[in-house]
Amino acid sequence: MITKEATEAAPTPVSAPTATDPRPRRRNRSWDEVPRWQIYLPLSIYLVFTLIPFYWILLFALRPAGSTSLVPWPITFDHFEKVWTERSFGTYFQNSLLVGLATLVMTTVVALAGGYALARFDFKIKQAFMLALLCSQFVPGALLLVPLFEIFAELQMINSLGSVIIAETVFQLPLSMILISNFIKNVPYSLEEAAWVDGCNRMTAFRIVVLPLLRPGLIAVGSFAFVHSWNHFLFALMFLNNQDKQTIPVGLNTLMSADSVDLGALAAGGIIAAVPVVLVFAFIQKWLITGFSAGAVKG
Amino acid sequence: MAQAAAVAKPPAPPRRRRASATPRRLPYLLIAPAALLMLGFIAYPVISVFYYSLQNYNPTKPWRNGYAGFDNFVHAFTDDPVFWDTLTFSAKWVFVEVGLQLLFGLALALIVNQTFVGRALGRALVFSPWAVSGVLTSAIWVLLYNSQTGITRYLADMGIGSYGTSWLSDTSTVFPAAIVADLWRGVPFFAILILADLQSVSKDLYEAAEVDGASRFKQFWHITLPHLKDAIILSTLLRAVWEFNNVDLLYTLTGGGPAGETTTLPLYIANTSVDAHNFGYASALTTVAFVILLFCSMVYLRLSKFGSEAK
Repeated sequence: MITKEATEAAPTPVSAPTATDPRPRRRNRSWDEVPRWQIYLPLSIYLVFTLIPFYWILLFALRPAGSTSLVPWPITFDHFEKVWTERSFGTYFQNSLLVGLATLVMTTVVALAGGYALARFDFKIKQAFMLALLCSQFVPGALLLVPLFEIFAELQMINSLGSVIIAETVFQLPLSMILISNFIKNVPYSLEEAAWVDGCNRMTAFRIVVLPLLRPGLIAVGSFAFVHSWNHFLFALMFLNNQDKQTIPVGLNTLMSADSVDLGALAAGGIIAAVPVVLVFAFIQKWLITGFSAGAVKG
Repeated sequence: MAQAAAVAKPPAPPRRRRASATPRRLPYLLIAPAALLMLGFIAYPVISVFYYSLQNYNPTKPWRNGYAGFDNFVHAFTDDPVFWDTLTFSAKWVFVEVGLQLLFGLALALIVNQTFVGRALGRALVFSPWAVSGVLTSAIWVLLYNSQTGITRYLADMGIGSYGTSWLSDTSTVFPAAIVADLWRGVPFFAILILADLQSVSKDLYEAAEVDGASRFKQFWHITLPHLKDAIILSTLLRAVWEFNNVDLLYTLTGGGPAGETTTLPLYIANTSVDAHNFGYASALTTVAFVILLFCSMVYLRLSKFGSEAK
């Protein structure tokens, strides 16, 4: 009982270091004693639905072409070699990685600056700016393709990864900024003020006091930006024409829309597309839950 | 907003040692990068779409270009059955997808919020499709649904269904087939957001309810659900807008076919502008889509009384 009181004493999820562990502490409570089968049975059924598609693509990637076996044996890595070199997935992978990381950095930095302003200041156009952020959520990126294309053509950025990086960042920004400003609001202002009294300027105080507490939130926002831009298809399809500039989703689409689809190559390409994001995701998962729960919009 | 951002350009006044005296320009400087990016790459394209919606504009037929008044809109509403078909399909698609995603996502979140052996692994596995792209989702489900490579062949081996079934090319099965493929990727999104919100339910409430002898279902109905209300409203709204706008999956999975059966309004717009080069008309359709989305969102927020109840 005492330990429970102690863990509950932390006021906000972000400010408590233990909050990175999302596990709720309510063992040994009758409320929690759900019959095990009520957990495992639906979970197993759902897992089958989740995992069969993954297994299917793994099967096609690992078994020799023409095989109809349901186990990938004998195992072959020919499809991977082929898709990586012959189908240029090596190049696509680099491009996608560059786009993903650049989008992550730009989104996080720009949203951090804007989010700080929204959380800590009252300024004239704040309400209008918030409204613009919300409205931008209704703007369909896919429907702005033509004007965006014209803008990037004007800037001579067609066929440069910069165009995709900018477009991805811009459409990630509004939500990221709202989330980050909520994270910052959860950090008591008095902490910062105390640092100023100790002689820090605003920037140093922010870096030393606020930034470390924002870690779960920033990880959530950053990984969101990375995964989105890694996966997004239309901007890259429209703005990048040269094969050596294209990204993985475009490469996959090319494989899929070929006249005779090379299934092994398609499956291997799919695995290559999935591995980085699934890894990132598995790694950041627990931060994602705490990150979102701290950044959740509070009434 | 442009002016405000521009005014913010000059360098900040010399910092005093005590930062508590806030330079008045600081907030403007901080939002300037975001504001400029959004002005240039969202606001400006939106305005140009509004402008083109009143024009005849088709690069392949330049002799017809020029001011068209509301002709494009009149044509859409009175003379274009495809517009109505695709709008209806979009509504159906969004409604079914978001409803099912919410239902399964909520159930999944409640399950993995329990304490049980293997929870971390279970969570990671059931959430993992969230990270998969629309194109890859298509690639996977094209493989699964194909009559030669798919699961139907093995099901037929076991006596379920018949050989040669191809769910994506049959007009009677393509809708549920596409729905299931998108659910696979969409359910984890809701599950993650709802699970995140479940972390902040006060445990005292459950304790009190338990003392009063409330059943688990009653606890869910009177404590959990009201707590989740705002999160559910917001996530369904965001997801609905996203499902409406997103074309990645259907573009690559069915290409809007067979026979236009799965063409959403955005897909139709993309085809009109990219393939048919009829950009004036596509802009008018975009404007209509935007207004419909905004209107429906307002109505939804009003009807659902978002934020009306203190947590």
